[in-house]
Amino acid sequence: MLVNKKKMASVAEAASGQTPVKGRSQWQDAMGRFKNNKASLVSVIVLSIMILISFLGPALSEWDHETIDWALTGNAAEMGAPSIENGHFFGTDDLGRDLYARVMQGTQISLMVGIIGTIVAVVVGVLYGAVAGYFGGRVDNFMMRFVDILMSIPYMFILIILFVMFGRSVYILFIGLGLFSWMDMARIVRGQTLSLKHKEFIEAAVAAGVSDFTIIIRHIVPNLLGIVVVYTSLMIPNLILLESFISFLGLGIQEPLTSWGALISEGAKTIQYGTLWQLAFPLAFFVTGLFCFFFIGDGLRDAFDPKER
Amino acid sequence: MFSFIVRRTLSSIPTILILILISFALMRLAPGSPFSTERGLPPEVLANLEAKYGLNLPWYEQIYTYLRGIIFEFDFGPSFKYKDRSVNDILAQGFPVTLTYGIWSFVVAVAVGIPLGIAAAVKHNTKFDYAAVGFSIGAQVLPNFVMAPILVIIFTLWLNWLPGGGWNGGQWQYLIMPIIALSTSYMASIARITRSSMLEVLHSNFIRTAKAKGLPTSSIILRHALKPALLPVISYLGPAFVYMITGSVIIDIYFSTGGMGQFFVDAALNRDYSLLMGVTIVFGVMTILFNAIVDITYAWLDPKIRL
Repeated sequence: MLVNKKKMASVAEAASGQTPVKGRSQWQDAMGRFKNNKASLVSVIVLSIMILISFLGPALSEWDHETIDWALTGNAAEMGAPSIENGHFFGTDDLGRDLYARVMQGTQISLMVGIIGTIVAVVVGVLYGAVAGYFGGRVDNFMMRFVDILMSIPYMFILIILFVMFGRSVYILFIGLGLFSWMDMARIVRGQTLSLKHKEFIEAAVAAGVSDFTIIIRHIVPNLLGIVVVYTSLMIPNLILLESFISFLGLGIQEPLTSWGALISEGAKTIQYGTLWQLAFPLAFFVTGLFCFFFIGDGLRDAFDPKER
Repeated sequence: MFSFIVRRTLSSIPTILILILISFALMRLAPGSPFSTERGLPPEVLANLEAKYGLNLPWYEQIYTYLRGIIFEFDFGPSFKYKDRSVNDILAQGFPVTLTYGIWSFVVAVAVGIPLGIAAAVKHNTKFDYAAVGFSIGAQVLPNFVMAPILVIIFTLWLNWLPGGGWNGGQWQYLIMPIIALSTSYMASIARITRSSMLEVLHSNFIRTAKAKGLPTSSIILRHALKPALLPVISYLGPAFVYMITGSVIIDIYFSTGGMGQFFVDAALNRDYSLLMGVTIVFGVMTILFNAIVDITYAWLDPKIRL
């Protein structure tokens, strides 16, 4: 006998003890690659800490973001510097308001604007792009021509006009920013949909009599999620930048609420008096936050599309 | 090619009309009026004011008059807040300023960004490459409104080399900081795009052939690799131009250059509709025409585009 029976038996025993190999989805693969990316992982941790601080931090301070410390008003340059004793950890602004509380509050607003604005933009962009790509032909032509027109307009000016006209509430800011940022997403999604719609599973769904709308929601959109996640993560920092830009001009968020852009603007106006902390703390949060978002976005892109490195 | 140029130029006309209609509609839909004050004007005065500016006419007549004024006489009407000045006056004063440093920033960004990207790609995975990549990542989080105060701290407050603002007829000392602040972030973007597309081109077959033939590196890069590598960069120039124009608002405000941005923000805060629309339309038309130029250049450079 050429086959060693004893060995065979032990192999059979070992094999029967093993569970069948589990298939890995695209998501598990991507998450595995993402976890190997040090910069992205560190960014996730730093960002989580930042979010925690911005929501829990105000409890540590006796001051809130709108109360004026009258003892320091008008004297920010000499007495408003950061100190532990009087409870102003980051110092005060020119009016004597606590900068620590204001930075925490601004961080909350900026992150919220970035995330909610992005959700608005993603929902609009994905649906628009999927519909245009799925129906194709004249509908597609018309819809994408409209996107081209929107993209060639310097929408910042229209956006500012919108804010001025319809009041500058936070909600207008969320929705306005989202409604002016969905065009890129629509283009990407349309391109992907065009290549998806001739796949067999879509044909099968059509043959089974599924309605167009259900096909888009149930079959097209879930298959786009990888690329949508990547561009979503890159859109958040861009919306934060956009909001900061508008708030820097004094046309965005309104007092007593504040945001990174508004705080940087206030700090930048007073640098000649030597109150550098008024610029430094908001700027440090802004730069760190954006860095984290950009690194996470890059990490996700590499994770979902490893050949494009 | 010629018919493509004509078609592309003509196709920007409806875009311009849509831009004008959108901004006009926003103005008219808005609650409140430019003449509403804290105390409120007597109705007769308000009626007279509205008659003077043609606001009592039906909307289609207003827009007809407005469009006719712009197209045939290049007249944007009177400013609502600066009583003695027309929008044309204000545009003529602020526009040259913005255009001066705007064009310079654009030139600097392209002239530094593209060579930087090419050099980084050619010296792939060297210290120079890492430095260039580091710069382009870092500059992502340094938009113009962050660069401007940082530059002022360094060059005005600490070193005392440059004036912290003003224009002074566009002397070079007054130009440096606006140009650096405005160009840094998209110089980095241009460098990043050039680098990645150049890397892709350098790994393609025709470049390997050129190397195998024994061509010198400089001629491979300049004669063969440059043109295909620049295509993505050129398509980025359109958006870059939009960033530059919107960024100029920040520069005008922060450095008090007296350019268009200052007037735009004042107009936005004062609800000076005609001035707001004038600025929006002039900037919009510039952007749309620039996009047309970019498209035409792209079609001219890329043989794969069907004309």
